[in-house]
Parts: sequence; C-alpha cells; structure tokens
Amino acid sequence: MQPFTLTHLHNTSELDSTSGAKNSRFIAGGTNLIDLMKLQVETPSTLVNLSDWQDETRIVEHDEHFRIGAMVTNTQLANFASTTPGLSLLSQALLSGATVQLRNRATTAGNLLQRTRCYYFYDTAKACNKREPGTGCTAVNSENRIHAIFGTSDKCIATHPSDMAVAMIALGAKLALVAPNGEKRTLPLRHFYCTPGNTPHIENNLKEGELITAVILPKQAVGSQYYHKVRDRSSYAFALVSVAAGLVMKDNKVSALTLGFGGVGTVPWYPETTINALMGTELTDANIEKALDAELASAQFYGSNNFKPPLLRNTLHKVLRALAQHQRTYPQHEGALYEN
Amino acid sequence: MSIDTGPTVTINGTPYALPTDPRTTLLDFLHQNLALFGTKKGCDHGQCGACTVLVDDERINACLVFAFQLTGKSITTIEGIAKNGELHPLQRAFVNRDAFQCGYCTSGQICSSVALQKELADNAPSAVTFSEDYSPREDISERMSGNLCRCGAYPNIVDAIEDVIALEPQ
Repeated sequence: MQPFTLTHLHNTSELDSTSGAKNSRFIAGGTNLIDLMKLQVETPSTLVNLSDWQDETRIVEHDEHFRIGAMVTNTQLANFASTTPGLSLLSQALLSGATVQLRNRATTAGNLLQRTRCYYFYDTAKACNKREPGTGCTAVNSENRIHAIFGTSDKCIATHPSDMAVAMIALGAKLALVAPNGEKRTLPLRHFYCTPGNTPHIENNLKEGELITAVILPKQAVGSQYYHKVRDRSSYAFALVSVAAGLVMKDNKVSALTLGFGGVGTVPWYPETTINALMGTELTDANIEKALDAELASAQFYGSNNFKPPLLRNTLHKVLRALAQHQRTYPQHEGALYEN
Repeated sequence: MSIDTGPTVTINGTPYALPTDPRTTLLDFLHQNLALFGTKKGCDHGQCGACTVLVDDERINACLVFAFQLTGKSITTIEGIAKNGELHPLQRAFVNRDAFQCGYCTSGQICSSVALQKELADNAPSAVTFSEDYSPREDISERMSGNLCRCGAYPNIVDAIEDVIALEPQ
C-alpha cells in the first residue's frame, strides 16, 4: 500500500480546503476504500479520518422527514428502517447487501460513494477509463456478465453496486452536502450520480472537497414495498438484477408507484419511463411488458449480459404481482406512497 | 484538523499503543505487533470472514479497518472469547458438533456466532427475518454468510450454533 498522510476531522466546522485537496480521500468505514488501496486502485496521498466526526452519527426524526447522519452505519439504518413504517424497502435493501461484518462498519455516505465492482476496474493490469481515463474499457468487448445495460457509453459499462442507493432513489432521498467554505446545499439523490459518457472517472456531482453530511428521507405513507434482489448465490453477492418498488392500488388501478432498478445501470436506475407508463393502469402482464419495453428502448447489451433484460422483466413481474396481491390483502396499506 | 498523537486501543482487556504506520490494518496489528495469531488472514479483502473480531461487541472484518480507526475501542479476538479457562458455550458446541475440518475459518466463525447471539438478543433483523417461509436454520445461514468455510462444514456449524442459540419459528 502506498504511504499517505493522516489527518482527522472532529467537527464539520473543521472542514477546510486541505481536506478537499487533490488526491485526498475521506475515510469513514473504509470497507471499500481500504480494499482499493491494497490493490493500488486508489492511491490517496492524504486520508481524512472521519472516525471521530461525531456530528453526523444519529438518525433524527423531523415532521416531514428523517435525517440520516452520514456516519450512521448500515446496520443502524437497517435496524431503524425495519421498525419504521414506510421504510421497509430501505431495510430490505440494506439487509440484502454485504454481510453483518461489513454493515457494522459501512456508513450511509460511504455506501453511496462506494466504487463499482467491475473486474477490470479492480485489475490494474487491464485498461479502464474509470481508473485511468483514456486507457479504454476492457469490459465492452470482454466478459461483461455483471455489467450495465442502462446509462452506458462505449467508454464504460460498469454498474453501481449499492442496494441501499437503489432503495433510496425509489424513496426520493435527498443529500445534505457541505463544501469546504461552509456552503450548504441539498441535492436529490436521483441527480447525484453521473452516467459515464466520455468521463467515467466522474461518478457524481460532488464538488471538490464537498462532504455528504446526511441523507434526507421524506416520510412515506405506508404503501406496499418490496426489494427483490437476484444474484448468483443466496447471500453476500452483488445484484445481477434488483427491483425496488412501492405500490398503492385504488379501484384495481395504480394510484402511486415508485421503482428503482439495481444491477442494470451505471448509476442506481430510476425508471421514470416505466413508472409513468404504469400510473393509472391496471397491473396486467401486458401493461407491465409495455412499460418495461419503453424503458428498455434505451438499453444497450454487450454479449455476456444479454440475459439481463429478460431477468429484469421476470423480476419486475414478480415484484409488482406480489405488491398488488399485498395491496388486496392489506387495504390498510393504502395511502400516498410517494409524494414529491 | 489535528495530527496523530499517541492513541490507544484495548484488545482482550489490555490497552495498547496504536502502530505508528497508519497503513497497518487491525489484522496486521494483531499479527505483527501483538503476536495474536488466532485471528486468521484468509482473503485479506473482506470476502471470507476468517479475520472476524468483535469491536465493542460488534463483529467486523479486521482486514478492512485501519488500526487508527479504532482509537479508544475495545476489541475482542478469539483469544479473548474463553473466560477463566472455560470455553465459551459456542466454542464447546463447535467441538461437540465437529463444526470444522481444517479449522482455518473457525476462529472467525466463533467470533461471528458470539456476535450473532447478541444481535438476536437485540432483535436485529436479517434479510430472511420477515420471510413467509422462515426457518431458523436459514436465518443462521443468512446471518453467518460473511464467514466462508472451504471445507464445507456448514451443516455442523449451523448445528453448533443451534445448540446454543435457540431461534423461535416466526
């Protein structure tokens, strides 16, 4: 591992231009960053240790939203969400990701900022535009079974690996950010990530030195929620395809719907086309097919990942059928699921 | 911002000064500085769980944390699980159930299952907790999925854990 200089952030007010210096990295849980540093995929010259940053370690309930501190661990958040009406989707997504050991260390902001698990990104002997801009994308013409079909470019087809982010996209999360000059802003998570285009190394809209301080989750009416993840083994594997969904049916028609797709996008995928196509309709197989076909019109396939459209189709059918059934069985779950 | 100044960490009840090289992971610190070799290095990338230890009673992978991140924390390794010369009930159950073959993953498996006992007492959910076809064995497997056993001793590992930790059918 390359040597680095270590500094510590104790309070948000200590954030300054040095913490955002070029080739400096914040380290929260470190479960992804340390791995990447061992492999020399990441070689920061400075680490800013957030272990003593106590300002953002809590979940605070407000009238209209929950504020999840950046340093809240995935375990804390999963436990909280599992007992919080309207956040069942988030709990399911978190618990389907990683292992207890990793969730105990991984933080909310760190989860959002984790890097892709593309094999070629990890292999420093292979060309990768995300790791080394301008070197090319090995995945496009090689084994790409785990790679994306939405939001791709000929420069990069790596998927975003987070389950939590897929659920948060579906739930309309926003990020609270603070810049080294103290300037604060909020940004919808749906607008946070960048598709690769010609600059795959730019993965999000964080400004230099900017820090995620919290995730703002709007309070949801209960609705029926489901996160379903399809993967190569039943636990501790990244999604080949995942679907996050919340549904409210009224008079046998979709009155509220939110979705997120994981394992298929270069960013956690918010399938707005599918959602719009299904609103107000009956959830027939034909309507679901038509709505997904409209989304898939923009998809690109690269050989080994050609199985993803049918897998996504089957997964979406399963999830929406289950939620519709749940709505019929538990009418108390009626209500505005998603209001933004 | 402040520069590092002589922090300590407590391991199995004894405080130690942290290593001067910030690149030192907890796992390497245990091996290289303290000669505590019970915690195993398997993959060194957080994929196998052989290095599982407890930090303030929560399980983590010792290979994926720098020692400096644990300033002021209390760490229990496999060497600290037995008390007063008596094996922990889970250690005894692993012996009774022959829940290992080569034994390389066992210290991680035991530390993990000790933490699992507390997680269940705290009603922490797993991915299968609310499953319609819930089974306690499946729940144990899910909660232990961060600990691989290349010998495939999984059925006996689950047996050993079931002997000590009673999960109620939902």
